Amino acid sequence: MSKAPVDYLLQLADNAVVLGQRNAEWCGHGPILEEDIALANVSLDLIGQARLLYQLAAARIGGDATEDKLAYFRDPAEFRNYTLVELPNHGALVGYAAADMDYATTIVRNFLYSALMALQWEALANSADEELAAIAAKSLKETRYHLHHAADWVVRFGDGTEESHRRAQAALDHLYRYTEEFWTPSATEDAAVAAGVAVDVRSLRAGWDALLAETLADATLVRPEVRGYVPEGKHGLHSEHLSYLLGEMQSLARAHPGATW
Amino acid sequence: MYTQAMDIPDESGKKLAAVPPAHSEQEAAFEARIDADGRIEPQDWMPEAYRKTLVRQISQHAHSEIIGMLPEGNWISRAPSLKRKAILIAKVQDEGGHGLYLYSAAETLGTSRDEMLEGLHSGKAKYSSIFNYPTLSWADVGVIGWLVDGAAIMNQVPLCRCSYGPYSRAMIRVCKEESFHQRQGYEALLVMMKGTEEQKAMVQDAVNRWWWKCLAMFGPPDADSPHSAQGMRWGIKRVSNDELRQKFIDATVVQARVLGVTLPDPDLKWNEARGHHDYGQIDWQEFWNTVEGNGPCNKERLSTRVKAHEDGQWVRDAAQAYASKQKERASKEAA
Amino acid sequence: MNTPALKDWPLWEVFVRSKQGLEHKHCGSLHAADAAQALHMARDVYTRRQEGVSIWVVPSSQITASNPDDKGELFDPASDKIYRHPTFYEIPDEVGHM
Repeated sequence: MSKAPVDYLLQLADNAVVLGQRNAEWCGHGPILEEDIALANVSLDLIGQARLLYQLAAARIGGDATEDKLAYFRDPAEFRNYTLVELPNHGALVGYAAADMDYATTIVRNFLYSALMALQWEALANSADEELAAIAAKSLKETRYHLHHAADWVVRFGDGTEESHRRAQAALDHLYRYTEEFWTPSATEDAAVAAGVAVDVRSLRAGWDALLAETLADATLVRPEVRGYVPEGKHGLHSEHLSYLLGEMQSLARAHPGATW
Repeated sequence: MYTQAMDIPDESGKKLAAVPPAHSEQEAAFEARIDADGRIEPQDWMPEAYRKTLVRQISQHAHSEIIGMLPEGNWISRAPSLKRKAILIAKVQDEGGHGLYLYSAAETLGTSRDEMLEGLHSGKAKYSSIFNYPTLSWADVGVIGWLVDGAAIMNQVPLCRCSYGPYSRAMIRVCKEESFHQRQGYEALLVMMKGTEEQKAMVQDAVNRWWWKCLAMFGPPDADSPHSAQGMRWGIKRVSNDELRQKFIDATVVQARVLGVTLPDPDLKWNEARGHHDYGQIDWQEFWNTVEGNGPCNKERLSTRVKAHEDGQWVRDAAQAYASKQKERASKEAA
Repeated sequence: MNTPALKDWPLWEVFVRSKQGLEHKHCGSLHAADAAQALHMARDVYTRRQEGVSIWVVPSSQITASNPDDKGELFDPASDKIYRHPTFYEIPDEVGHM
């Protein structure tokens, strides 16, 4: 059986855990009880995906590697997630600035990411790496639901009130440029393609563009122009925000190294 | 059915049900059904005081679930393993679900969720005081599951037989989901008690801080409990505060021993003659202080809920605006 | 607190089919802006533990309920029709199950 490189599994896992962490920030603070519960389900799916991927990576690394060692005892520069998923749930501000969470940012980010991952998991469900393919098949169902949920809200925001339209457009303007990172393959992704276990991300772009075009048209939102900056989160070069996120997430586990929970 | 909207179709009948005359026949039928341990349903005639008491009790219960998401939610971002993180999110989410079931049950009595939230946000409505204490370490999450949820279950299981149908059905659902929260918390503590010295100390410290608050959760002693007697008569309260408290203590002593923690009460000991454990004096002054809004976290908890609600306003408005536009478009197309 | 919370979000009754072959059963209610959203929310609120394979949502305002005062005339007349129940008919034991 072909095997996906460990770094490739970590990239998929890091994306899921970091976005799961971000979505979970809404738990208990959602705009309405029903939606609070819905978004917690998205978080739970993402953390579930991360766990399966870290477990698979840990098994392949061998030795004393575990899912939690991978999630809790790697530093920001070792994380391979897209910069998009680590950004706070609000507009463009530096890492130590206090700001209110903005639901439009959360929803638009979930939309951009799950549109990619719905295509990505679909492709990986046919991976020659059977263990990865099994995780992908499970994640695909979950991600399709996340995409549905996010796209539904994107349309409601865009075609809702003046304020919701303004917020959704601002979130799209803020976040869209971070998606540039999706389309420039990293060495890890190249290796996964070469090993025959993954598809070239660039082949997913037309499908992603079509998904966006349809939803943004319904939402009466305008896709912003991008030029210049291409984020490099998947190379380990992150925004200022990831170290805060991991600093919080890892604090307790690192204060008690070797403890079992 | 869980809604006041499913009232009787007749408009005059509706008014009649909403403003009942002091009709002795209706009253007698109501009392007879309560005495026969029957269920009262939303469309049935009921005394205004019964309705009011239920709205107060159910909405307080719902508010408690929603406010109760906050102390445990405090540790979601720092849960020490991914497994524990998932368990905790699911648990806090369940509490949100319970709040929703309960608001739904209360809505069948003719009070909207809006009105109930208004009561909470303005400080008029109460919620369980236990959530006005801070969660200071990860062990608090386990102890809340074990002791706070344990106490809540003692309180809630009898309500599955409550005389008001929608409330009793909501409680059956809540109890089904809640029953394993206690096991979950206890299991998390068992793992920690098999761990490092720091982990064990963390658990004992959390038990010390939460034990007495949990005992107070059952409410004032029966002698000082103003609403209890009428509640018992109406079958919306089934077992008295003191009885439940005693039951909880008796059950917890063994669990604490197995866990290897000490319950912080020097007077706690088995009384052969009573067949129960004796226990020390609960600090009711502190309890009432907290109920009246002067506990450590009352203000934080409440303003956090108010903020979430206000920040969510534009989201709710957007969904509604979109739905109206869609409806309009559909009717234009049809025309 | 002068912001209305859900005033425009109507109430929906949720019915869940727990497994193939069983009927949909009422399990509670929720608020949602429209039917599509109500279905989504019902999935997240009422089927977190695999309670269902199919969901119906109905606007609460669309349900017409019988009047409890009419209970006597609606339902009592059926109580003496014992010939509608199989136990009314005696069949010799040697016939076996019928």
